[in-house]
Parts: sequence; structure tokens; C-alpha cells
Amino acid sequence: MAQTETTDISGTTAAPAGTTAPQPERGGVGALLVQALRGNVRQYGMLVALALIIVLFQIWTDGILLQPLNVTNLIQQNSYILILAIGMMIVIIAGHIDLSVGSLASFVGAAAAVMMVKHAVPWPVALVSALLIGAAAGAWQGFWISYVGIPSFIVTLAGMLLFRGGTQILLQGQSVAPFPKGFQKISSGFLPEVGPSTNYHNLTLLLGLGVLALAVLQEVRGRRQAADYGLELLPLGFFLAKLAAVTAAVLVFTLLLASYHGFPIVLLILGALLVAFGYLMRNSVLGRHTYAIGGNEAAAKLSGVKSKRVVFLAFVNMGVLAALAGMVFAARLNAGTPQAGINFELEAIAAAFIGGASASGGVGTVLGAIIGGLVLGVLNNGMSLVGIGTDYQQVIKGLVLLAAVGFDVYNKRKVGS
Amino acid sequence: MAGPVLEMRSISKSFPGVKALSDVSLSVAPGEVHAVCGENGAGKSTLMKVLSGVHPHGSYEGEILFQGEPCTFKDIRASEQRGIVIIHQELALVPYLSIAENIFLGNEHATHGIISWHKTLTHAKALLGRVGLHENPHTRVADIGVGKQQLVEIAKALAKEVKLLILDEPTAALNDEDSRKLLDLILELKAQGISCIIISHKLNEIARVADSVTILRDGRTIETIAVDAQGVAEDRIIRGMVGRDLEHRYPERAPEIGEVAFAVEDWTVHHPIDHQRKVVDGVSLDVRRGEIVGIAGLMGAGRTELAMSVFGRSYGRYAGGRVLLDGNEIRTRTVPEAIGHGIAYVTEDRKHFGLNLMDDISRNISLSALGKVSRRGWVNQHEETRVAESFRKTMNIKAPSVFAETGKLSGGNQQKVVLSKWIFSEPEVLILDEPTRGIDIGAKAEIYTVIAELAAQGKAVLVISSELPELLGMCDRIYTMAEGRLTGEVDRADATQESLMRLMTVSAAIDDEQV
Repeated sequence: MAQTETTDISGTTAAPAGTTAPQPERGGVGALLVQALRGNVRQYGMLVALALIIVLFQIWTDGILLQPLNVTNLIQQNSYILILAIGMMIVIIAGHIDLSVGSLASFVGAAAAVMMVKHAVPWPVALVSALLIGAAAGAWQGFWISYVGIPSFIVTLAGMLLFRGGTQILLQGQSVAPFPKGFQKISSGFLPEVGPSTNYHNLTLLLGLGVLALAVLQEVRGRRQAADYGLELLPLGFFLAKLAAVTAAVLVFTLLLASYHGFPIVLLILGALLVAFGYLMRNSVLGRHTYAIGGNEAAAKLSGVKSKRVVFLAFVNMGVLAALAGMVFAARLNAGTPQAGINFELEAIAAAFIGGASASGGVGTVLGAIIGGLVLGVLNNGMSLVGIGTDYQQVIKGLVLLAAVGFDVYNKRKVGS
Repeated sequence: MAGPVLEMRSISKSFPGVKALSDVSLSVAPGEVHAVCGENGAGKSTLMKVLSGVHPHGSYEGEILFQGEPCTFKDIRASEQRGIVIIHQELALVPYLSIAENIFLGNEHATHGIISWHKTLTHAKALLGRVGLHENPHTRVADIGVGKQQLVEIAKALAKEVKLLILDEPTAALNDEDSRKLLDLILELKAQGISCIIISHKLNEIARVADSVTILRDGRTIETIAVDAQGVAEDRIIRGMVGRDLEHRYPERAPEIGEVAFAVEDWTVHHPIDHQRKVVDGVSLDVRRGEIVGIAGLMGAGRTELAMSVFGRSYGRYAGGRVLLDGNEIRTRTVPEAIGHGIAYVTEDRKHFGLNLMDDISRNISLSALGKVSRRGWVNQHEETRVAESFRKTMNIKAPSVFAETGKLSGGNQQKVVLSKWIFSEPEVLILDEPTRGIDIGAKAEIYTVIAELAAQGKAVLVISSELPELLGMCDRIYTMAEGRLTGEVDRADATQESLMRLMTVSAAIDDEQV
């Protein structure tokens, strides 16, 4: 079935497709619906839901939602949650959970703030040190979970308190600011302007075309390889429709960004993470082992999978990504504050589950986590734009999470019986 | 006291694809201890589940009369209300509750939902006295041994005013001393007028407590014999148990047997929780290249435990022994080490230990040897798919594609996926644990052919099976195990079902040197 193959590869480009205008998406939705009957129902279901939510708010906000300025905002507002959601998805696939990521993000943000502001450490050095602190914190938690055998819920609940307290100790209850300009760019910077003056941001256009070329090349190459191995292929019509949908999505999205300040740097980071982790989870031995452990740990162990090491690494990775999210958030605020990162873990966990994770582990994709995160992000942004208060926003988000997972459970039961 | 206390008439019960019971009848007289025996899978447990309402009325054919009245139990509670209590082999006690709390669990001395501890404790003490257990009723169940836990189960049954007590292999987990006490208690309860059905395959045990014995085989009643002169009865019981039809055809083999490839020496394993208990006790065996060697044994013989502990210490606590490959001692302390030495273990429980049921066929097949389809840690999915596709063809795995979820396949096809996984790892030694359990006849024949081919390629194959005809049909040599020990080694030419069963039912009491 070339189906899993090709849809997976499109994962590298489908994230921007999520925030695109609905019209060119239509053709893709049809094909996706057909596949949804056989494939990962929740993920495709959520892609459709995301498209519907975008259409709904686009109409409701009289077109403000998809204005270039707002799309850029949307990306910058949600980037740190999306970064966390990628790591969280991997942890959940392995059959665990991490409640500490919000506190850890704020702790690392605080550490970086103290380094840069109080000790005048150059920002690249602070950034790298911060990521290392994240890795160490992840290793600390991974050690207790993997090698000592304390449930991850407990270890990371402890971590949540520990790192929150650590943040307050580091900052002594004060906000620490401001940061060097270079550091702030992580969150609020754009690709530089080059070349002749057009109405659009040149580098963004070039980047968009580059991404498009790569995506199409990858699709075609994958198809040819599959044919070489004598595997079953997606019908040519579907394949072309899919290529057209991807092309349209990338182009529209590129134009949207290019007509404002251009390509945000944080989107570059996010895109790189999505491609790298998507590929890692799909194509690496380590990724495979993660799915196997979450799916059936006993069977995985009896097949020679070193489950302790894999789980340990999942938490180290989560620590690094939490640190990165902490950097992005601190850069956006331009301050290290004791209140940073509160409830981030809940948003990240919700994103993973909306995006197709299973509470028992073994299921989910990195792309799914991004889709789940975008569903939440667009809901937040759209509801704020139309003036729904945060009280009702919470209620609605809670119901969306329940409905997404409930739909999946219902669907599985129907298939099972 | 006219007529039997229990009569089960013409009970038939089917599961999808399998007929577990056909036309089974069982009759228990008042105050009788009635033994039920049969090989693994003969239908004993299913029959007891029908009787106790686990399989509710309507899901089986036939009728049940208890104390002369027809019974239509819809669940286990309904049968307990009539005084039929079943004690399963795996005890159903809550370890962190006290003895007293366990005895009255679901049956509490309470008014309006508030428990009366005075009544509970008084009654618990009385019941503990009846079963001869001298423990404080406040003691946590986790803190007493398995033998005493068994007595707590019986006290729990007495609290429900049991009239017919069903014990499923009650002594399987007990040492000799505890077994003897338990059997005494059964006789005592009998004297108090409580009838008892005991499922057991320890013949000396049956001879000691049972008044009569019913033998099941392949879901049918073979006969019911009165137990008096034990020597005569034992022969008849063994013959009744093993007379299974040779229903399968086994592939013709011309074994070319080479040097000893795989040997286990003096292997001993302790129970993972109860460290005193030896689950495998000083077992030594060997397998030659091109040879298929069987291990026969009944439930609790320690066969799976032996295999799993050799395969990367995946079961229990290692307490001594060596593994040799081609005459050299090897380390198999972790599963990757064992796989690295070319050992493969195909589990008896494919759903829990063999497959990731959420994942597809191709990823299950490649899991134990992912390195063979990857370079520098990156999986070549096309290559992986091609490999899976070729196994799908050669092993005749019936599925729409190699991307089908394994959880949705039939048992036979799941088993073929597990076998493919291990064949793909290119082992030199294959340990196959119940390779044909719960799969249809057609798939069985295909798996026999695969096993024969593996041996013909010069691999050493060890087959654990509860089906004696299968072992006699496939193996060149057969070991027997009972209660964790090796009790015999027989060449196929000399082996019969009767001779194997005799070795499988040897009790440890004969050579007793447990300290």
C-alpha cells in the first residue's frame, strides 16, 4: 500500500497547508477522505476538522483570520506549544506522559535570562547552554522512569514542582529583561530582505519555491522507488491530485507570508523539527522501537528492543525540546518571568491527543501533533478575534479534546465489533 | 439424598471456529469428591465456566440440574447464590486487603452499606478455624504464602455457604507440605457434606481424595470411573486422557542430524515473586543440528518458564545453569544477547508477547532484525515492505496487504507473522512454544511444513507442545517435564502417548529432597 508511504512523505509540507485558504484544499480533502476510511481516521479527521475550523473563523471574522499579519501572529503565538507537542507526541507514543514541560520551559528560560542579562553571556552561548540544561533535566527524569521504574506520571509531576520552584529561585520572583536583539529574533525575527524591491518578500518566495520543489521531488522519488521494489502504488489520478493540492497549499501559504514581513524564523525552526522528527519516527530504527514499546512492551522486549534506553532517550529529547520552547517563549516575551510556561504541558498533551495519540501508547505521528496543536491554536486565535472570553474558550477547548478522542474511541469500537 | 447433587446433561459449547465441548455429561453425588482430568485444552476449564455461569445460560447447549432444579445462571454471582463456588488456579484475592476483607469481598457484613467489623472479624475467625488457618484476620493477603492464600480462598467459599466447591488445579502452585494439607482439608469438607469437583492431572492426588473421576478429551466425555483400586484406575485414566485422534498429517522428513548445536545445562529458575519456589529445577537438555526435539509437559511443568529464562532471562529469577552453542558457553542474559547468538523464541502467547497488535504485518516481521533492512539506523521502508511481501507469499499469510493491522488477523495468520519475524532474524536455534495453539487445522499443517523445512536447513529446533500427537508426529526426540524437572527423554521410535503421559504425571514426592 503506497498510501501510508506517500501520505507520510507529504507530512513534510502539509503543516503549512493547514493554515492555507480553503479553496485549493478541497481537492486534497476528497482524496484524504477516501484514505481516511482505511488509514489513521483521527489524523485525517482532524485535518478536515482543522480546515472546517479555519473556514468557519475566516467567515466569522470577515476574513481577518487569514490576513497575512494574523497568519504570522498565529505562527508566533503557537510555535512553542507546537515544539512541545512534537516531543510530547513521542513520549506518548512510547506509552508515557510528561507533565513537567511547562515548568521546565520556564526554568530553562529563566536560566538563559540570568545568564544573558545578569552575567552578560553572549546569547548563542546561553542558547546552547540552555538546551544542554534541558537535556540534563530530561535525562534526570528519564533515569527515574526508565532505570528505576517510577511511573512517568509521578516523576514528571515531581519535575513540574521542582522546575517551577527552580524558576522562582533563579529569578527571585522578579522578571529578568531585556535580552540581546539577536536572541529576540528567535521568536520575532524574519528572514532578511534581499534582492530587488517587489511587492513581496523575495527570500520567502524563493524558500517557498524551494520547499515546493523538494516536496514534489520527494513524492515522485518515493513513487518511483516503490515502483522499483514492485510495490502497490496509489492510482495515478490520486497521486496527481495530491501533488496539485500540495502545490496549491504551499504556493498560497508562501504568498500569504511573503506579502507581510516574510518568513518568520521560528517557522523555519518548526519546519525543520517537523521534517526531522517526522523522518526520525517513521524511518529510523529508534523511531520504530518507540512505536513497538508503546504498542506492546513485552513483545518488543522479547524481540530484542532495548526498551529502557529508548524511553530514556524519549525523555532526554523531550527535555531538549522543552528547553527550546522555553527559549522561544522567553524571546517572544523578551523577559524571563516566574509565570512563564504555566499550563503549557496541558496544551501540548491536548495537542497530541487531538492529533491522534492513544492514551495507551503505540499510535500517533509527529504531523498529527502539529495538526492537533494548530486546531487548538486556530480556535484560540479565532475565538479571541470574534471576542469570545477566555472563560468560554476553555470550555470549548475542553469539549473539542473530549470530542476528538471520543470520536476515535467510538470509531475503533465500531471497527472492532 | 436421592440422586446426584449436580447433573450436567449433554453440554455443548462452541467458540468461533472451535467446538470446545460436545455432548459432555457430568454427574456428582452428594458429599462426593469428583475429579475431572484431561490434557491441556481438553475442555475442563470451559466445562467449569459453563457450570459457574462465566459462560452464561444461553451461550451453550444442554442443561444443568443442581439439587434437582434446573439452573439458568446468567453470571458467576447467580451460581454463587446457589452455593456453587469456583476457585481458579490464579487466585482471585486482593493482595493489599486483609484476610478478613478478602473473605467477605462482595459479600460484606454490612447494613446500609456500612461494614460491621465485629461481625466480620468473628465470622472470619470461625471460618479460618474451619479451614485450619491460624493467622490473624487483619494480616494482609500479600504477606502470607500461596498455600495459605489457597486456604483463604476456601474460607471465602465457605462464607458463601458453598455446597459444591470447584477447585481448578488447586495444588499446582503449592509445595508438597501445603498440598497434603489442602487435600486433607478437602476430605474434611467432604465429611461435612460439601461436594467437590477437583480438576487435576496429578494422578496420585486423584487416587488420594477422589471418589470418582471423569475423563475429558477433545471436548468429549470419555468415561467416568470409580476410584478404588488405584493401580487399575491410573492406567485407565492415562489411556483415556491420551487417546487423541491423530487428526493431522505431518510432513515426511528424512532428518539429517548433525552435531549438538544447542545445550542447556543444569538450568534452575526461581519464581519471580515467590523466591523460594523453584519453577525450573536443574534441567539439562540438548538439540542437534537438523533435529526437532520436543518438550512434553502439563500445565505448570515449567516448560515455558525454562524457554523464556534461557531467552534473555525473560522470566523469573535465574538461579544457575549454562547455555552452550556449538559446545561453547554463551551469555544470554538479555534478549539482544540471545538474538545475537542466533537464538529465537516464538512465544506461546502471541497476543501478549509476540505481536504489536496495533501495528501492521511488515513492521511486526522486521522488528527483531530491523538492522537487516536499515543502514546506519535508518530503515529502508521499501526493502522492509519487499521482505514482508515475500514472507506473505511464502508463509501464505492471508491478509489484504502487508500493511494490514496484525490485531485484525486470524490466530493462524498471526502465528505465521510471528514465525516470519523469527525466521527473518535467521536464527540457528529456534524455540517454538506451542506453535499451533488455537489455530485451525489447515494453518497447523502449514506450520508443520515450515518447522520441517527449518530443520532440513540444519537449524536446531526445540518444540514445546501440549499436544502429544503433534510431538510424536514432528519430533525426533522428546523430553518430558513435570513440576519443573526433567522426568524423561524418549526417542520417537520408543515413545507412545501413554509412555509420555506417564512421565508427565510423575510427582515430585517420589524423589523428595526439597529444603
